[in-house]
Amino acid sequence: MSSQRYRLSGGTTIRTDTPLSFTFDGKSYHGYKGDTLASALIAAGVHLIGRSFKYHRPRGIMSAGSEEPNALVRVGTGAYAEPNLKATQVELYDGLIATSQNRFPSLKYDVGSINSVMSQFLPAGFYYKTFMWPASFWMTYEHFIRNAAGLGKVASDPIDPERYEKTHRHCEILIAGGGGAGLMAAYQAALSGQRVMLVDEQAEFGGWLLSDDAVKIDNMPAYDWVREMQSLLSNMDNVTLLPRTTMFGYGDHNYITLAERVTDHLSPRPSHLPRMRLWKVRVAQVILATGCIERPLVFGGNDLPGVMLASAVQSYITQYGALPGSRAIIVTNNDTAYQAALAFQNAGGFVRAIVDTRTTVKGAWVKAAKDAGIDILSGHGLTGAYGIHHVGRVEISPITADGREITGEAVHMDCDLVMMSGGLTPTVHLHSQARGKLVWDEKHLCFKPGATHEAEQSIGACNGSFALSSGLAEAIRAATKAVKSTGGTCTALSVPDVTALRINYAPMAYWKAPSQAGAGQGPKAFVDFQNDVTSADIQLAVREGYQSVEHVKRYTTTGMATDQGKTSNMNALGILADALGHEIPDVGTTTFRMPYTPTSMGMIAGRDIGGLFDAVRLTRMDSWHRAAGAKFEHVGQWMRAWYYRHDGETMEQAVTREVLAARTTAGLLDASTLGKIDVRGKDAATFLDRIYTNKFSSLAVGKCRYGLMLKDDGMVMDDGVTTRLADEHYHMTTTTGGAAGVLDWMEEWLQTEWPELDVFLTSVTEQWSVATLSGPHARAILEAADISVDLSDTAFPFMSMKQGYVSGLPARIFRISFTGELSYEINVPARYGVALWTALMKAGEAFGITPYGTEAMHVLRAEKGFIIVGQETDGTVTPLDLGMNWIVSKKKPDFIGKRALERTSMADPKRKQLVGLRTDNPDDVIPEGAHAVLDPNQPPPIDMLGHVTSSYASPNLGYSIAMALLKGGHKLIGETVWIPMLDGQKPIKAVVTDTVFYDAQGDRLNGTSSS
Amino acid sequence: MLQLPCPYCGPRDELEFSCGGEAHISRPLAHNKISDADFGEYLFLRDNPKGVFLERWRHASGCRRWFNVVRDTVSHDILEVYAMGRKPRSSAGKNAYNNSWRRTSAAEAAAVNK
Repeated sequence: MSSQRYRLSGGTTIRTDTPLSFTFDGKSYHGYKGDTLASALIAAGVHLIGRSFKYHRPRGIMSAGSEEPNALVRVGTGAYAEPNLKATQVELYDGLIATSQNRFPSLKYDVGSINSVMSQFLPAGFYYKTFMWPASFWMTYEHFIRNAAGLGKVASDPIDPERYEKTHRHCEILIAGGGGAGLMAAYQAALSGQRVMLVDEQAEFGGWLLSDDAVKIDNMPAYDWVREMQSLLSNMDNVTLLPRTTMFGYGDHNYITLAERVTDHLSPRPSHLPRMRLWKVRVAQVILATGCIERPLVFGGNDLPGVMLASAVQSYITQYGALPGSRAIIVTNNDTAYQAALAFQNAGGFVRAIVDTRTTVKGAWVKAAKDAGIDILSGHGLTGAYGIHHVGRVEISPITADGREITGEAVHMDCDLVMMSGGLTPTVHLHSQARGKLVWDEKHLCFKPGATHEAEQSIGACNGSFALSSGLAEAIRAATKAVKSTGGTCTALSVPDVTALRINYAPMAYWKAPSQAGAGQGPKAFVDFQNDVTSADIQLAVREGYQSVEHVKRYTTTGMATDQGKTSNMNALGILADALGHEIPDVGTTTFRMPYTPTSMGMIAGRDIGGLFDAVRLTRMDSWHRAAGAKFEHVGQWMRAWYYRHDGETMEQAVTREVLAARTTAGLLDASTLGKIDVRGKDAATFLDRIYTNKFSSLAVGKCRYGLMLKDDGMVMDDGVTTRLADEHYHMTTTTGGAAGVLDWMEEWLQTEWPELDVFLTSVTEQWSVATLSGPHARAILEAADISVDLSDTAFPFMSMKQGYVSGLPARIFRISFTGELSYEINVPARYGVALWTALMKAGEAFGITPYGTEAMHVLRAEKGFIIVGQETDGTVTPLDLGMNWIVSKKKPDFIGKRALERTSMADPKRKQLVGLRTDNPDDVIPEGAHAVLDPNQPPPIDMLGHVTSSYASPNLGYSIAMALLKGGHKLIGETVWIPMLDGQKPIKAVVTDTVFYDAQGDRLNGTSSS
Repeated sequence: MLQLPCPYCGPRDELEFSCGGEAHISRPLAHNKISDADFGEYLFLRDNPKGVFLERWRHASGCRRWFNVVRDTVSHDILEVYAMGRKPRSSAGKNAYNNSWRRTSAAEAAAVNK
């Protein structure tokens, strides 16, 4: 067990009374509550954390926040493992197991680091250039590239065992970022009584104030002020405080998405809480107080473990009480690093020197450093860092005032820590996501928020106001304004007194250190650490002709890693601008997109997974079907019985048995899923006349009629039988899959085009359970089931409806047929579904009643040439194409689709038309979707006639039948066509026929057989 | 995600709605004979402007009612909502309505009983 050799006594968030233990790569370590994995590793003296993406270079910890590009680890084991977590963001808990990534066989000795030696052969665009030809080889390359490049591996278990939640919220004011400015704004806004939310991605509020021990607010240490603000806010009922919560998305109309890490930091995790919670918040006014991110400097070897951001070193010392080294070199182009240098020295470290790229350095912090006896090398740059697994030596060179040239010999210094500061970049991501504009700030060398698009304001460092006092003043102003614009009132607080050494923050433009070595020589100078993009890559891209920042970004992949270039974008822009000879604002920026930080897909899915991913609709007879061994198929959201398999049967045998029974004895089908719409109103008949191609106003009460619905382009959209229940009352049925669409369609016409029509539509699909009894014995079975209705042909003819009782159950009985047999559709109130079904099964037992599924239904209807919308049609098929001219009214003045059917192109004899196919060999069943041709020996490209829409072996006919949409099909009847097959099988020969294969006279509808 | 003010229910999230495309397209009546080309304009031609657009929306997971929206397709600002059968009253909406080529199209003229 390793001791915490580099642990300091203090630490604003460290609770030394709660020690924790954890492992990294199998080795045990200790830390404290309040640590991140990164700070605990630093306290233990561990700096080598992972290997880089492309070159497998050793990498350590660079930052102390969510901008970390290097220290990516895998946390947890088994199904709970999560890769690519930033060690700087992983809160320590007892028993945490972390593993390094992207190394083999071990972190220290990694085979893949050969890429680093080979790096001169791996420039920008290497993959594009090398693996372009031949394209078919990509399949071979890809496997190796994917293994060599990339980061951590996802958990091997495909099922994430964690639970995630979503929640919705509205509030007047949301503040992102709980540093000094955010806390101030939240308190000011909360005084109005409006609903206020304050979110911060860290475990504790305070932001940079947790790391700044040199500043006093209202005469108290900054951290005490933070705690006071926090306790004030937590006592206000109108305030929601969300630590560990990242505002990762900024959507239109102030739609804000937050990722809250609820239990990741707890051990053990309480089972009643989700791991993460996705908040979807609609906000009236957003205040962004997201702070800023320090930039690295670009010099050779700047990616070595031990090279860190100066501000991060200060955070590890002040916030976490962990000392990242003992002998430090500070390199900077601005004043802010001086405070970090002093913090390091005060914590017991030895500052070897401050290397400042500026020729003249002055100001309060410079004086403080000098007073503390620290050597300052102004007008110098760090031109190289060296070491194997850790920085051990740096090269320092005198440079010109513009920082572009080296003016003399280098000196070398030993060190175990480099603290670099390239200036501050405002975190404008969310402002940019909200489509706010960015403006260039020449003094501070950064982009800051310009004009806003949404109702949002940026305050503090993310607004380019780096001094705490101006951040607090902006907070009060912004919060007061936000309150006012949401209709609230509050009195502006006075700005707290800030006591701090004055920083004259004006960094020098120094985007890349000059090099003592020649071009392409010397250690690599990284710009994008996570994607291993160097300054040379960017310069190469420019030499190769890339000009646009968007193109350079994609070609070099700079800024395209999961950190979205938080530490790299500005340096990349600076180097690009230099290489192009442009000013930075003229080069422009790329667009920031959500998520701000990588976000768990599990959280976005929430509970909408597995069985809850999509609703499953079951009929009331479902349990009966399951008990009877039914196999099911999905029809839309419905589960329909597909076929009932008896012991020892194949599917084919089961379907054959069911099909034969329906034509010889009786079959029973669960037809409850059929769409049913109740159409009522004075104008119901007029309305249906417009919706259907045929006439429904002439339908007598109690009678049924089959109808076809078209879109206004003349194409078939749905069909079904509609029955007139009363003068102003119809019962419409639709296809199972089309029900919702048909209801919406009819509502649309009623509301938007014909509001004058008095019609009301109600979906009643789920109000009725429907059993369809079909076959020669159907009448006898219903009589045995004690039906109260006279079933004789005269009293109850085909295409009519009667109300009565079946086995004591109130029923609507429709004498309609989708099988061509004598057939009754018995509708009972839904809750009687099983009662009806079992009563019919019992009554039919002596008659050989057989339940049949949707597959048998398809065969039976195909034998009769009945179409299924969506199978024989695909949105390009007219009634004329289907040979259904008989259903298109010539007398009605108008109906939807009428005008389109009159278009000249509709009469084109080359249109695909529905025909039957009978195969030459009765045992050949053509695959559905297969194409038919006239001449299979024609050299490619072969003229296609069209495709097969339905195809079955017909047990009743004893041969194979099919329907097909063929060009000019109606004229082809009697001709031979060929269906070429895949994989060298012989083409199938078939004759084009009419679509009605069975009982063309329709005698069987009456229960009598013509044959 | 947009927030749309349903004229019947108040402001709601976009996911409760479905967009029905360009508004103020009337269906030509079959007895008013127009050419295939003019009918094709009604059937297939839809505007897709950069800027102010008059759209139909339906509160599909709410009151199920259709209404019209004046929306800026660039800024996503919702400038006005109004009932079916009405015309826009905002100046942006009126301009978009009056300046549409559809106002003078044969298909629109054929949408009224003649």
